[in-house]
Amino acid sequence: MAWVNAIIQGILTGGLYALFACGLSLMFGVMKVVNLAHGDLAVIGGYVAIGIITVTHLPVLWSIVVVVPLMAALGYVLQRTLIQASLDRSVLTTLIVTFGLSVVIENGLLQFFTANSRAIGTGNAIITSSFSLGSQIQIAYLLVVIFATAVIVLLGLQYFLSRSKYGRLIRAVADDKEAAQMCGADYRHVFGIAAAIAFGTVALAGIAYEVLAGYLVFLAVLVVRPEGLTARRARS
Amino acid sequence: MSVVTETTARSEEKFRVTRSRRNVAWTGGGALIVVVVLALFPYLVGAGVWTIMVQAFIVLTLASMWNLLAGYAGLVSVGQQAFVGLGAYFVLIIATDGLSPFAGLPLAAIGCGLAAVPLWWLLARLRTGYFAIATWVLATAILLIIERFPSIGGGTGEPMPGLSGFTPTLLTAYTYWIGLAVTVVALAAIYLLLRGRLGLVLTAIRDDETAARSSGARVGLARMLVFVVAAIGCGAAGGVLAISELQVQPTAVFTVQWTAEMAFATIIGGLGTIEGPILGTAVFILLQQTLQSYNAWYLISLGLVAIVVALFARRGLWGLIDEHLHVRLFPVGYWLWDPGSTGRRGVLGFGRRQGGQHS
Repeated sequence: MAWVNAIIQGILTGGLYALFACGLSLMFGVMKVVNLAHGDLAVIGGYVAIGIITVTHLPVLWSIVVVVPLMAALGYVLQRTLIQASLDRSVLTTLIVTFGLSVVIENGLLQFFTANSRAIGTGNAIITSSFSLGSQIQIAYLLVVIFATAVIVLLGLQYFLSRSKYGRLIRAVADDKEAAQMCGADYRHVFGIAAAIAFGTVALAGIAYEVLAGYLVFLAVLVVRPEGLTARRARS
Repeated sequence: MSVVTETTARSEEKFRVTRSRRNVAWTGGGALIVVVVLALFPYLVGAGVWTIMVQAFIVLTLASMWNLLAGYAGLVSVGQQAFVGLGAYFVLIIATDGLSPFAGLPLAAIGCGLAAVPLWWLLARLRTGYFAIATWVLATAILLIIERFPSIGGGTGEPMPGLSGFTPTLLTAYTYWIGLAVTVVALAAIYLLLRGRLGLVLTAIRDDETAARSSGARVGLARMLVFVVAAIGCGAAGGVLAISELQVQPTAVFTVQWTAEMAFATIIGGLGTIEGPILGTAVFILLQQTLQSYNAWYLISLGLVAIVVALFARRGLWGLIDEHLHVRLFPVGYWLWDPGSTGRRGVLGFGRRQGGQHS
């Protein structure tokens, strides 16, 4: 029974990772940008959600409606300025710029929000409750909700890419941006839209991860914090 | 094309190719004097300076290795902390077996070079973004594996044995000297490698990989050699780190911050020049010492400076100097003298880098 449990929990958690990864994959597929700051953007999404929730006292679900468009807009702007500028130079420059961005974001968050773990929605019943399958398998509602969200987002993205006008544009630009440009598609704008989608989905993943961390805090396991750079500082 | 036609049209005696535009005898002498003065530092200045210098040596060695990888071989690694950590752990393991950590350092560096060979086998097919991410994944995997062994400290780390016999001052001085030795050897090795055949092959790869391959350049072997040398250098720096910290802590030696520091120091100083990392390390230490009391700010500002330099001054600070003065402290390219047409002077090889490389 233990391995059935492991498989089920694994698949459900895999949904969250798919949500994290789809933006990264989109940016790599369309713009050939390896966004080394992708994970940090998820953390930013989470912190923006925390900020909005503490100021407006919105429930977690409603904060998504604000955070995702906000992050998408940030994605569009960042793509049209910084990332496009580095793309115009070389592949090496995009790696350096996104890596620099990652370090700046990570340490900025560390500076302003400290290294303490935070979680949202800990008091919510749907977040902390679970149901049982058989006698030994306990499944949290939250994991199911996150998995369902991931499936919906991925299906939506698939439909968007294969059926809509902008989806066609994105595919055209990903195939050959010069040819698409000649046919009248402004590839910079299309890149911006792809980045907006990537930033929006990763923000959603960040919020989902944070709520999940709230669930895990409830289970007395701490997870979310801006990882990494604390150890070195302790010595210097 | 037009240059070639001009060349054949005019008499060939007018052309002369030298290593450097200026005589480099004074550079060698100057370097020797700098090294001697640095070696005498423990007798000249206070111990506080030594500690900062040890950090500078570590960053300079790492930056030079990263420069060799990214600037010359086009291998942008984000996982060089793997070798920093392995070097530190090899020194720890050797010291636990009773040998002095100082004697263990060269062995640890060689061990890192050996470990790099099977890792290279995993990475050899990957380029640019894939390579960067794969190195990062490997570094994390190595950290996770090492944390599984309680005999070398598990997840919390171990203090470095074999150092209790020294007085604190003597220990700091020894650490300083070994740091200096590692840096000098690393820089000398890179300089000699790039002056030799490897430098030519790497230039050829940078300009056109397919053409280099078809001319018989052993592209794969050259890249592997660079990766192994970089592993040895980073491992030695990791060993110095472990000795200067008096302990090895897994998350501290395997943090991606090492790669951030080496990459940013290189980019700010100037990618693809041996002088760049030296200048970059100076800027790095200056920033770090000024902003030290503001916690994370030095890394934030370092990241911002690196982004700005990568976008607007792609050849770094040394590139700006070189552009105006044509100074090369470590000439690895060639200077083409053409007295016939006064404007057409240029450096072959790694001297002048055109834009859009490795695209």
